[in-house]
Amino acid sequence: MCNSCIVRTIFRREFRNYFNSPVAYVFLVAFLLLVNALTFLFAQYYEGHQADLTAFFLWHPWVYLLLVPAATMGLWAEERRTGTIELLLTLPITLGQAILGKFLAAWAFLGVALALTGVIIPTTIFLLGGNLDLGVTFAGYLGSFLLAGACVAVGTLTSAMTRSQVIGFVLALFACLVFDLAGFDPLVRLFSGWSPALADFVAQGSFLRHFESLRRGVIDLVDLAYFGGIMAIALIATHAVLNSRKGA
Amino acid sequence: MLTVCELHKSFGPIQAVQGVSFTVNKGEVLGFLGPNGAGKTTTMRMITGFLPPSSGTAKICGHDIQEDPVGAKRCLGYLPENAPSYHAMTVTEFLTFIAEVRGFRGSDCRDRVEAAIVKSRLESVRNQTVETLSKGYRQRTCFAQAVLHDPPVLVMDEPTDGLDPNQKFVVRQMIRDMAAEKAIIISTHILEEVDAVCTRAIVIARGRIVANGTPAELRARAPNGRLEDVFRTLTMTEEVPRHV
Repeated sequence: MCNSCIVRTIFRREFRNYFNSPVAYVFLVAFLLLVNALTFLFAQYYEGHQADLTAFFLWHPWVYLLLVPAATMGLWAEERRTGTIELLLTLPITLGQAILGKFLAAWAFLGVALALTGVIIPTTIFLLGGNLDLGVTFAGYLGSFLLAGACVAVGTLTSAMTRSQVIGFVLALFACLVFDLAGFDPLVRLFSGWSPALADFVAQGSFLRHFESLRRGVIDLVDLAYFGGIMAIALIATHAVLNSRKGA
Repeated sequence: MLTVCELHKSFGPIQAVQGVSFTVNKGEVLGFLGPNGAGKTTTMRMITGFLPPSSGTAKICGHDIQEDPVGAKRCLGYLPENAPSYHAMTVTEFLTFIAEVRGFRGSDCRDRVEAAIVKSRLESVRNQTVETLSKGYRQRTCFAQAVLHDPPVLVMDEPTDGLDPNQKFVVRQMIRDMAAEKAIIISTHILEEVDAVCTRAIVIARGRIVANGTPAELRARAPNGRLEDVFRTLTMTEEVPRHV
């Protein structure tokens, strides 16, 4: 049986699992309300008087911070709590296939949520004029999707660390918060007064810094590699955690 | 078909399993007996590849569970303790998922699921979600996933635990129906099970095998021929607290 067939089967089950309960719908509504409320109420969307989506993308890291952990907290914690992990991992699959299938399912679910925000494109063209730069918009969406993937990978890791979904949620929230705050300008300025080199070094490792250049329309290999690297590291760590603690 | 060789497992200072070895051949139903906490579940988790042993290994149809885990797991059906399954899925969806992971596709997949449903007597609940089922049906749903691919080796951890007498009867009947074709291990602390289905029994206490024989041989160890007394003598001696 081919590698990707198994991953695909696990992906399908996990993806459908979101829609088997009201969770998916509550999540999607909350996501859309939050993104749009922040864009239109708190980000001077209109004040720029020009068709760009800075105000829209600006809030994505903070929305993911709050909502991605909710989407990932059950991935492994629930398997461990109900004992289905024993069933899953005694099937003729590798742990890596199971981790990858679940991670991709959660990422795709976030992708659905993100795709539903696409209404912002015609809305902006209609409200603010037709000169919206679609290239920059594409880069922004790509950045946002990669950012979501990094958060999902971190959430997968924290979910694997515990059998309690609440702990998985809190740990993921905290970890993503650290990755966001490391590049949060007011904080970076604060630390720059003390050690500019260190503040900049820490900021280079943050989600915000790499997302920022993408949402400005610059698709740089460094930023793509950064998000890919975060995902790879988090998933490898998930593998190590599950290998040592799956029976606990 | 199943060879278990010198399995050891320790969790920190606790030696849960200390040198368990045995073999099970086709046509045998091995009863794995022991008090709670004797190491039955830990042993089964090592045989099925869920837990890595501290040392020793198990071979399933020639596949070493450590060196070729996927090959070994292909030959294996496993019913874990408490019969876990995905509660939000219907019985059919759940079994279809297991069949697809095991590599069945299309009509082959449908046939396998159908046969498992019939064999496990789940026809009346096939479109219900698992969370709405009674314990007996959940047990049989998990049983169905274990036999769906017609594995040569079947490992069942307390398959009748918590079932009412009628449900126990059904599960034992299902085990007997398959016994001739497979190598089966069932763990239990219910002694009547040994007489009901097993051709051989192993008694395990404090992580070690303390007896291995046919039910009749075991019974002969007590003057009155009662399995309960044999079990008590074998497992009650030198009762020491396990958590030091």
